[in-house]
Amino acid sequence: MAVLSTPRSAVELASKGRPVKEILFRTVLLASLALALIFLIALLTFVLTEGWPRLDARLWENMPSIRNPEIAGAQSAITGTLWVISLTAVFTIPTGIAAAIYLEEYADRTRWYNRVIELNIQNLAAIPSIVYGILGLGIIARTIGLGFSVITASITLGLLVLPIVIIASREAIRAVPPSIREGSLALGATQWQTIYRQVLPASIPGIATGSILALSRAIGEAAPLIMLGAVSFIRFNPDGIFASYTVLPIQIFNWISQSREGFHVLAAAAIVILLLILLLMNSVAIWLRNRYQKRW
Amino acid sequence: MAGGDTATVPGTPQSLARSRPRYGEMAIKAILLIAALVSVATTVGIVVSLLEPTIKFFGEVSAVEFFTSTDWGPLFEPPHYGVLPLVSATLITTGIAIVVAVPLGLASAIYLSEYAKPRVRKFFKPVLEVLAGIPTVVFGFFALSFVTPLLRSVLPFEIEIFNALSAGLVVGFMIIPIVASLSEDAMSAVPNSLREGSFALGASRMITSLRVVLPAAFSGIVAAVILAISRGAGETMIVYIAGGGQPNFTLDLGQAMQTMAAFIAAAGSGDVPVGTVDYDTIFAVGALLFVMTFVMNFVSARLVRKYREVYE
Amino acid sequence: MTEIGTPMANVTVRGPEAPRNLEALDPVFTVSDLSVFYGDYEAVREVDMLIGNREITAMIGPSGCGKSTVLRCFNRMNDLIPGARPAGKILYHGEDLYGDHVDPIEVRRRIGMVFQKPNPFPKSIYDNIAYGPRVNGMKGKMDDLVEQALTQAALWDEVKDKLKQNALSLSGGQQQRLCIARAIAVKPEVILMDEPCSALDPIATTKIEDLMQQLARDYTIVIVTHNMQQAARVSHRTAFFTAEVDDKGVRHGRLVEYDETSRIFTNPTDKRTEDYITGRFG
Repeated sequence: MAVLSTPRSAVELASKGRPVKEILFRTVLLASLALALIFLIALLTFVLTEGWPRLDARLWENMPSIRNPEIAGAQSAITGTLWVISLTAVFTIPTGIAAAIYLEEYADRTRWYNRVIELNIQNLAAIPSIVYGILGLGIIARTIGLGFSVITASITLGLLVLPIVIIASREAIRAVPPSIREGSLALGATQWQTIYRQVLPASIPGIATGSILALSRAIGEAAPLIMLGAVSFIRFNPDGIFASYTVLPIQIFNWISQSREGFHVLAAAAIVILLLILLLMNSVAIWLRNRYQKRW
Repeated sequence: MAGGDTATVPGTPQSLARSRPRYGEMAIKAILLIAALVSVATTVGIVVSLLEPTIKFFGEVSAVEFFTSTDWGPLFEPPHYGVLPLVSATLITTGIAIVVAVPLGLASAIYLSEYAKPRVRKFFKPVLEVLAGIPTVVFGFFALSFVTPLLRSVLPFEIEIFNALSAGLVVGFMIIPIVASLSEDAMSAVPNSLREGSFALGASRMITSLRVVLPAAFSGIVAAVILAISRGAGETMIVYIAGGGQPNFTLDLGQAMQTMAAFIAAAGSGDVPVGTVDYDTIFAVGALLFVMTFVMNFVSARLVRKYREVYE
Repeated sequence: MTEIGTPMANVTVRGPEAPRNLEALDPVFTVSDLSVFYGDYEAVREVDMLIGNREITAMIGPSGCGKSTVLRCFNRMNDLIPGARPAGKILYHGEDLYGDHVDPIEVRRRIGMVFQKPNPFPKSIYDNIAYGPRVNGMKGKMDDLVEQALTQAALWDEVKDKLKQNALSLSGGQQQRLCIARAIAVKPEVILMDEPCSALDPIATTKIEDLMQQLARDYTIVIVTHNMQQAARVSHRTAFFTAEVDDKGVRHGRLVEYDETSRIFTNPTDKRTEDYITGRFG
């Protein structure tokens, strides 16, 4: 055919009006992505330049203050975040992995109740986080009576990110080839031995990655905690799971709500800290994913 | 259990019966099932926590007033309970967000799925992931301290410090990753044979993307958009920080507005006494928001299942 | 490759519906009237056969004839497929394999299995071998056991210096011998092999076949294979399966003929067997 014979004839075959439209279309597409990138860069640059003057040790050495932005810090919020997230991890990671194992390894999908569980998890993942705040307020803080404490915040955030842990763990478990399970069962291993000794070790990198991403979502979450007492003015580090608390995103929110400019600088500085924590967690997750990516 | 060294002697085999019941195995299965049921309990908990105060609320306030009055001021004297200002504010900010997110997200998805070389993908995918991972309180700060001043300096008309426009725009950028990644999934699920068929007829890449891939991925894209709307409607921190705290039944994008989620956050953070109508108001609005997002998520999930059935 | 004569007149044949059961066997498995269902679909219909002690029994036939399905009934691996259900009886040393009291896990400890594709665990060679004994309750070091199993599987000399290495680093043939060693390590009585050489090259295949001959001194082996030459080379008895369409248009696997291997390959009684082994079909 002519197209195949020489490059020149291929050029001749190209239609006239099309390339311009094609190039334009492609440029518009690329520009859309670029716009998202510019937005991101603008956000990061703005936060960094705005917060730069206060990015120093005062931020983690000092306690919050409503009067003086110069000496105010976020120590109680940072320790509060550590408390809340550690406890969230304790609740949500084992529960999420266990639920994922049940759904992947035990659940008979022809049973209606297992389908209900699956649909329900999908739906939970899309419920607005503020609604979890209502759950925390109405049930955990009031009905169960845990009050506005670290543990209430942790359970609420734990339930909020549970679908993420479950979905990621299920994917990791599903990626373990069935031949590994067959090999184990054929040697007389029980189902749980097979899961515990073969399936779980092979899926741990994926589960860990998903869990870290879920926790980093929880770290940045503010909306539900607004309703759970975190906005109160806390000048001390939590000393237990029933202690009052505040967390970094809420402290940031508090400073944003202040009218004085000094507090906005402080907010930006605290945002940089928050973003650095998230960056660190995500780097670990990505490293884990690449390091232990298995080719079967 | 039999030890590994107990070889069976051919001819005189031991019974194949279980040496003792495996209670451990059963207990483990039960524990795992309970963990899976935590998610069901969460849904039940949400519904229960919403239902009881909502029923009480409608015992005190007429449903007609709630759904038709344009006056919202539960904390005023006398109180007004018309939810429409909150609903309209939610729809407006979500609408602005969608106007931003759908074209940008969809264009990004087309580029990533149909045009981008692996290296370009490797660069832009993390950009979207980072965007998706930024806490909403940070977006809120950016909207209030950067976007709003910027808009005030470039726009020809007057806008307030707290306004729906800035909040909506930033919510839009926040949900771009949702539109982009879910639409890209839907487009990637379109079999290559369809594209090749189109190329074979002499269609360009643009024509193929727009006339073949987009229609084929349509239900998935709609699902992505619906999910993004649901996410935008439920978004709290950005609209609370940048959109302001006054209920305002208006179409003026330059004015402050309070969305449903922002009202819940504002009222929930204050010390509203339990058992009062004011307290129940939070739950009534929460119930409405929950039902709205639930319906959208449900429709979205149905659409996703539809395109999966077609191509997988 | 094989010369086909006309069926000898003095062989009593009861026809394909009831393949003749060979006497003078010390049967490990007695299969009678076995059908296997997947949901409502009857994948295999009415199989009768005896598996002799310390013999190699080959099951051959075209794809979809149900030979793997039957094999997987012998150690109850079919239990793992939702909706799979056998009808009829399989006796293991006279004990009903699907009896209510029978524990499938105990069954699999006695009756080992090697799969089509080598499936070593992503662990060290040592741990692969030690896994079976460990899940069966054995504790502590098991160096002797590992050496013994690897030696029996003719793999010891190749791997004795790298027992800590990941099993996935071995070649395909080595991996398959490792899987055989792994099965041997739990000291089963029977080893089921589901097309163990289909993923291997000819040299690796020869090694596995030699190995099977040696193992047959101690173990009963049942092997499913696509490869007729392999069945002819290694097995004592051969069962020929085929897929048949019944009056309703549904395909079922059927056992056509079961006999000593030499007779199946030189003097088959059934036309379908003859067609298959002469390459006229399948």
